[in-house]
Formats: sequence, C-alpha cells, structure tokens
Amino acid sequence: MQSTARRFKQNAHEAMADAPLQKALGNIKHGFIQKRRKAAARLPEFEALRDQAREIKNHTLAHLDFYLERFEQKVVDNGGTVHWCRTAEDARRAILSVCRLVGAKTVTKGKTMIGEEIGINDFLAEHGITPVETDLGEYIIQLRNETPSHIIAPAIHVNKEQVAEAFRKEHTHLEPGRLLDDPPQLLAEARQEMRDKFLAADVGITGANFLIAETGSSVIVTNEGNGDLTQTLPRVHIVLASLEKVVPTLEDASTILRVLARSATGQEFSVYTTFSTGARRADDLDGPEQYHVVLLDNGRSDMIGTEFQEMLRCIRCGACLNHCPVYGAVGGHAYGWVYSGPMGAVLTPSLIGIGEAGHLPNASSFCGRCEEVCPMRIPLPKMMRHWREREFERQIRPTVARTGLRLWAFMVRRPWLYRRLTGFAVHMLASWAHGGARLQRLPMAKGWTAYREFPVPEGSTFVDQWRAHQRQILEEELA
Amino acid sequence: MTTRGEIFARIRAGIGRDDALDDEKARELIDRLESPKRNLVPARSDLDRTRLVDLFVSMAEEAAATVQRVSHAGAIPRAVVSYLARHNLPMRVTMAPDSSLDRIPWKLEPMLALRQGKADPADEVSLTAAFAGIAESGTLMVISGAHHPSTLNLLPDSHMVVLHENQIVGAYEDGWDLLRRAQGDGEKRLPRTVLFVTGPSRSADIEQTIQMGAHGPRRLHILLVADYVGQGRQAS
Repeated sequence: MQSTARRFKQNAHEAMADAPLQKALGNIKHGFIQKRRKAAARLPEFEALRDQAREIKNHTLAHLDFYLERFEQKVVDNGGTVHWCRTAEDARRAILSVCRLVGAKTVTKGKTMIGEEIGINDFLAEHGITPVETDLGEYIIQLRNETPSHIIAPAIHVNKEQVAEAFRKEHTHLEPGRLLDDPPQLLAEARQEMRDKFLAADVGITGANFLIAETGSSVIVTNEGNGDLTQTLPRVHIVLASLEKVVPTLEDASTILRVLARSATGQEFSVYTTFSTGARRADDLDGPEQYHVVLLDNGRSDMIGTEFQEMLRCIRCGACLNHCPVYGAVGGHAYGWVYSGPMGAVLTPSLIGIGEAGHLPNASSFCGRCEEVCPMRIPLPKMMRHWREREFERQIRPTVARTGLRLWAFMVRRPWLYRRLTGFAVHMLASWAHGGARLQRLPMAKGWTAYREFPVPEGSTFVDQWRAHQRQILEEELA
Repeated sequence: MTTRGEIFARIRAGIGRDDALDDEKARELIDRLESPKRNLVPARSDLDRTRLVDLFVSMAEEAAATVQRVSHAGAIPRAVVSYLARHNLPMRVTMAPDSSLDRIPWKLEPMLALRQGKADPADEVSLTAAFAGIAESGTLMVISGAHHPSTLNLLPDSHMVVLHENQIVGAYEDGWDLLRRAQGDGEKRLPRTVLFVTGPSRSADIEQTIQMGAHGPRRLHILLVADYVGQGRQAS
C-alpha cells in the first residue's frame, strides 16, 4: 500500500474539517470504550491474564526461531505448505502462484491487515483475479475504494447513508427504489450479495490471529462468520500471517484469547474462534483441498533484539486506537498507511521507515491511555519516544523544532539562566494580562491560542514559591 | 541463502544466538509443547455441576443464543418441530450424519423432513451435535469430521445444536483436555477445524450498531439434554 504518512499534518487538518468523519468518530466513545471497561471489570483475573499474555509472547519471541520451525513442521505433517516471504513482493508472488496453479478467477478474503500491508487486492486484480472482501466493513470500503481506518472496524469512518450510496452504485441489478435507510436493510443486502460470491470463489484468503506451534493450526476470530465461509467453501485456503503470530500451545492461545475479545469489542468471547489444521481429511464432506500458510517477515525480524521488539506482542485488538485522543480526533486515514493510532505510530516507522513515517510518533500527547489499556502491556509511549530520539539523531526533524529543542536543552542545563528567564516570562505574562486570569493571545503562539486560552501564571515561579515555603517552615521551627 | 534461511539468520542475529538452540534448551521447549501446561484459568467456572450448567445457559443467552432444556433425547423431535413452527420455518432440516443424532426417535414427528449431509446453499435449518459446551462464556465447541461437515455451522440461517448437560465443562482448557483424551494415542493431529461458537453471527460494522445474522446463522438454538451420553464420543 502506498503511504501518505509523510503528509500526516495535512491529513489531520483535513480530517478535523470533515464533518461526516467527525460524526462517525463520535461513535467510538459510547461503543468500544465503555464495553471494554465493563468486560474487564467483570473478570477479576483480567489484569493477571494480561501479565501472563505478555509473558507468553515474550517467551515466544525469545525463541521465535524454534517455535516457527516447529509450526512449519506441524503444518507439513498435516499436509499443508509454508511459504516463507521476506518482503511484501515475495508474499504477493507466493499468493499469485498458488492462485494460478488452481486457475483461480475469484478469491474471497477474510479480514487481514497483512493483506492490506502487501496490497494484495490491487495485485491480484492487476493479474486478472478478482478479490472479494467478505467482512462487511471491508466490503464497504472496497466498494468505496478506500483502505481500512481501524484495525477491527475498517469502515468506522463511514456513515450509513454513505453505505447505502455505495450499495446503490454497486448493486445495479437490484430495484433502484428499494429502501436502504437502516443498518438491518443494508446488512441483509450485503449478506445476499455475498452468498453467491462465497460459493463461486476458487481460493479463500484469511489472516490469522494466532499460529499454534504445538499443532500447526491457524486461528481466526470473527463475529460475522465470513472468515469461516472463506476458509471452508473454496478449494484452496491460504493463510496470510506475519512471523510474530506464532504462540506455543492451545493453552497459550486460550489465555490470550481471553484478553483479546474483551479488549477489542468488550465481548466475553467473539462469536467464531476457529482453529484450522490442514486441508480436508479423507472422510470429510467439506473443506478446502489445499492449505497454504504464507508467512511474512516484512521488517519484523529486524525488530527483534531492538527497543521495538515489544511491539511484536501486539494482537491487533484496536484498544489503543479506541482510547487515543489523537486517533479520536483525526481517525485512521490521517496516519497514511495500514496501521493507525498508537500501535501504528510505533509499528509503521519500523515497517516503512522513520523517514516516511516520522510524524506519527510525534502525534501523541503522551497521555498514556494506550499503554493502560493494551492487553499485552506494550509500552507504546516509551517506544514513540525512542522513535523521536532516532528521528532527532538522524536530523530528519525541521530546523525550527531542532533549534527550539537545542535552546531548551541549553537552558535547562543552566538552572540560574532557566530561573531568570522563567521568572521574567511569568512577570511579562502577568503584565500582558492586565490583571485578568487568562490570555486570549500570545506572541508567536497564535496556532495554540486560536483554540484555547492560556492561564496567567500566579505570582512567581515554582522554585521561588518552594524556597519561600521552605523559609517559612524554617522560621516557624525557629520561632 | 534461501529466503527461509535468511529469515532465520535475521531472527537469530536479533536474539543474539548464532545457531539453533542447544539440545538441553530445545528439550525443555519440546516438553513445553508436548505436555502443555495451563496458564491462569479464571475461577468463574469453578462450580458444581448444576451451577456449571446454569452458567453455560446464562452466558449463551447473554450472547443471544436461545437455549431449550429438554429432559431426555426422546423429547428432541417435538422441541425441533415446535421451534420451527414458532419461527415460521419450513419443516425441513439438514442434519449432521452423526450416530448420536441418528439415535434420536425422529419417527415421533412424521411431518419433519430430515436430510443428512453437508449444507446446501438453499438449506434454511441445520441440526448438529456439539463436542462440548464451555460454561465460562456459553460457548459451543464444535469439531469437523465425517460426522460433522463444517458448512452446517455456517451456511443455513438457523443452526440448532444438540448438547448434553454432561458435555458441559468449565473452561476452554477443559475442552482441549477433553479433545486430547477423545483422540487418544491414535490421531495426533487436531480435526480440520475446531470451532468455538458463542451466539449467532453478527456485525457492528455499520455505525457501531450490532446487527444479527451477518454471514453465518441469524439464529443459534441449543437443545440442552439432561440425560447421560458418554463424553467425547464424536471423535472416537
């Protein structure tokens, strides 16, 4: 997928002026956030499970080569094939060659973020194979020719009127005057349209929430059932997954599953959690004849052993997006690539480079909510800081920002100077305010004061007040 | 170097190890895989049998499944027919070719047309047997096989599932243990699919509003039977 992360600032400005988008983003607060809070509060062991989930992934990443080898061995034992892919191009080629071998014309797809990462839909279409997204949200954005704006709710930026418009445009064989005002009518139409496509597809591509080293299974988690139809009806099932999805055992996956649905949608458990192991068995009446796992690296092996390794614990629940004030203000598209919100701000620079995605780790107020709610306890703010350091070291930042930081560093290393200047600033601000409590305008900070008022400092600096306070205590003791 | 080799070299360079694990460490990890240990299991489902069954029912209903409790298998045909009538559904059901379902006295309801096999796209109602019920979240554990085509769980609009009370266990881990025991020493691999179903299909992709019946069944009806049937029989 082509990145526009470089123009994050412009994207963000446009997003904030986009009224339908702002209306759609308002739904997050009453949906995801409250539901997650209730689900977490209902399970007394939730915090302890988060600790264990973190340890399971840490253990796996520390022995990732071993677990990947075991996983591969088990897939092969079960009659499946593993395709190792270093780059997005490798993965696209691997998928295309499987599709060509079976003469595929159409491919159904369950939701896969890796599919977005490698831009598989456009690639298949260019090679004469029609990709059909089956997740309702993915289907909507495919019709609108967009990318997902949220990792678990890809069409969260779209309003129902826009869905109706997209359906009318695409489903031209249906009665033009039909009612499409409500979500149930929209869902019924999508379900009907999708049925034939499920049945006609030659290949089904799904992602994987987990790969199990113990059994060689891939696991998908859905609420719609589209992923299961995708991996059951066609002749070939291709699992598209990145290296870090592997966990050791069924028990380990079960533990992480307990925190996944609760963190994502606030459900006790998602509707369908499916462990798939190989292709159709000799006496099975249905299921695919071939089972392929396309295992993608695409920059992940380079994260191991670095300060960004912990990001590989991510299970793509979306909780950090839902709780992020920046994501809530600008939505996912502003981030300019596949992943958005805090997890995107950390992962995207790893995968496409800090030169391209340098704005993203800066788009944070460091409020820390993302780390608070992350089921895998990924220290997202800390890692965004690491990216800021790297960005500074590599001198990618604009001169104004660099000079400002230098000046600030010069001052804080000379406390007497810092105190003098802040004391002076306090005095100046108070005199500008003419006795008022707030300032509507500040020199050189118009961008800031355009949206908020600046409280006028009261009297003196913190250090002065502290000293006065200490002196008072001393005097009282002496008295 | 092959792509695979290159990926492993990079991973090992990151870990700070030149080659594969030494034998001792490898043995330890192989043991971890071959004798899987449980992590923390929530205490929620640590209950006596009666309360465990009640927990299963209340959690399944919370997930929008419907549960009908029947005293013995002989009551199932009547329950099926009245469910179909209540929802204005045709008296035609596609049933899994499962011996435990064959034993149900279907002759008691001569109006009911049963067909055995995988799902046909036109099928409106399916009837299958579950491998286990997980009380923790009101989840059905369903395995594929010759006796249970997986399309029956997914294609028809209404899915009915027969579950016996003594198939209800507490946690997912209990379900895995049951499956491993049922497979015994013979089949070492899992069935092609092990599906955990918690309520009927739904989507919240349009304006965060939950709608039932996205691609899978709109209705999930569990017929919970009180009498005894040996556990884990499907996998034998």
